[in-house]
Amino acid sequence: MVLGRVFEDMCAQMYYRGKMFGFVHVYNGQEAFSTGFIKLLEARDSVVSTYCDHVHAVSKGVPPRAVMAELFGKATGCCRGQGGSMHMFSAQHNLLGGFAFIREGIPVATGAAFSSMYRHEVLKESTPNGLDVTVAFFGDGTCNNGQFFECLNMAQLWKLPIVFVVENNLWAMGMSHLRATYDPEIWKKGPAFGMPGVHVDGMDVLKVREVAIEAIARARRGKGPTLVECETYRFRGHSLADPYELRKPDKKASYAARDPITALRKYILEKELASEAELKDIEKKG
Amino acid sequence: MAMALRALGRRISHSDRFFSSLSEAAKPPSDGKLINLFTAINQALHIALDTDPRSYVFGEDVRFGGVFRCTTGLTDKFGRDRVFNTPLCEQGIIGFAIGLAAMGNRAIAEIQFADYIYPAFDQIVNEAAKFRYRSGNEFNCGGLTVRSPYGAVGHGGHYHSQSPESFFCHVPGLKVVIPRSPRQAKGLLLSCIRDPNPVIFFEPKLLYRLSVEEVPEDDYMLPLSEAEVIRQGSDITLIGWGAQLSILEQACDAAAKEGISCELIDLKTLIPWDKETVESSVRKTGKLLISHEAPVTGGFGAEISASIVERCFLRLEAPIARVCGLDTPFPLVYEQFYLPTMNKILDAIKATVKY
Repeated sequence: MVLGRVFEDMCAQMYYRGKMFGFVHVYNGQEAFSTGFIKLLEARDSVVSTYCDHVHAVSKGVPPRAVMAELFGKATGCCRGQGGSMHMFSAQHNLLGGFAFIREGIPVATGAAFSSMYRHEVLKESTPNGLDVTVAFFGDGTCNNGQFFECLNMAQLWKLPIVFVVENNLWAMGMSHLRATYDPEIWKKGPAFGMPGVHVDGMDVLKVREVAIEAIARARRGKGPTLVECETYRFRGHSLADPYELRKPDKKASYAARDPITALRKYILEKELASEAELKDIEKKG
Repeated sequence: MAMALRALGRRISHSDRFFSSLSEAAKPPSDGKLINLFTAINQALHIALDTDPRSYVFGEDVRFGGVFRCTTGLTDKFGRDRVFNTPLCEQGIIGFAIGLAAMGNRAIAEIQFADYIYPAFDQIVNEAAKFRYRSGNEFNCGGLTVRSPYGAVGHGGHYHSQSPESFFCHVPGLKVVIPRSPRQAKGLLLSCIRDPNPVIFFEPKLLYRLSVEEVPEDDYMLPLSEAEVIRQGSDITLIGWGAQLSILEQACDAAAKEGISCELIDLKTLIPWDKETVESSVRKTGKLLISHEAPVTGGFGAEISASIVERCFLRLEAPIARVCGLDTPFPLVYEQFYLPTMNKILDAIKATVKY
């Protein structure tokens, strides 16, 4: 999480100094569920992300250097500089992108999950440790879109090993989720399609992890998809070029108090799982 | 690609066509204020909503003014019932707009970036374009206008830079209009909104702030399907639309230094396009060059080229040149290599003239 936060802050610095170009969207405040989910996955599992994909890429194992190089458009970037900020891909780490165009990644993730199922059921490849799991990340705005619903149905119909993770930060760029959606509780859409729907506090990495363990295990055992809604908040604007004056300052302040990194730090120190010095070490390494 | 403040002069078209009273050339020039493209579009939208109580503006994030400020102030003036945000569902937005239009309303839908118009492609092609025809004129969705920013902007990358106009030019039943400047945009947009056919209006996003011009404050319309000769010449005809015209103008200036006189035409409406004006110009010069940002294969330049060959085969002195985007996805880092730059156009002008 610390690496993610530091990475994104450095991104912002470089962008504002004019060294980076294009549209860059950073993840500050939302690190908890990227870490909570992706750190539980194995190398053979796949991740499909959004345009806010730097931290997903780094969590999945793509070297930060390769991600940063990609942001600078260099040939040493993970996509040879051709994808840029919004399109991080890595065949080696099963990172299926990075999608500027929201909702386009969800059917891709569904296809990847089908492939995992197919290898097991039809090609009879043995999977002693369970099926390869696909985790699809997308935002609250996406949940009003047709492709989302189509995939929920297909995934449940074919019992695919996929976890749909909604990063509900209450804002689709400039559109408030509460003003765009009649029933804003997205997790409820899961049972409507026959799968479990779970809501979790996305600012608490340990709570997210609890939910993730179960959802991923379900998928691995062939029990089918889960829809997880993580309520969270993005500390910066939609993109680095975007003024975020649409959000009220007191709301921002209340979420800043729930910064996932600070919260975990406090928890660790309270439970005496590590010392202050050890935590400082981790932060320094990031 | 730095573009300075400019005011494009108006030239009388070489067309033999009788000018309607709505034609810009026939109207006496009225003093306007110097405003940029998004302000001109904003003015057009204000006027459209003012003059027709059954007109509506909607799309993603339009209420606060839109990502390019084109819809500023509309909600405050006309209320949330007429200017409203939609959820993130392009197919739904356009389908819903078609329904509104079919019931006799003027639905002005915004697709935030032309790159995102594809989910709505089905509704536009299969429903909007065919509505009047297949209902035997029982219904029509002529009140539909789809506005969308298109084109390269320097850092847009794959999904904030595309020029999808040619996909829609292939669909009978639609009109496609692209303005080159603020004055053109306001008049053309008002014509599009009031035209009894579904129209896709692509706005060159690069020019939203960069292009500044004197624009009359009143309600005026510019005719659709009339191309405009914006610079007269005798050696070669150049055609373009939208932001590409200013690149073509730079090429004209550079060619003039080498003694080549270029005639420059702004097509303005891509379908149905003004074949007569283009043909008349090519009959004068004997040579044609078309330039657009969209990839060359299957781009709208191909249609212009084929039609002009049919009409002017024996008059042509050189193959018709197309200087367009490369046949690749719109790149991020390689944008400068991909685009039809002034130098590429100049080279093609010289090659064509010397053929």
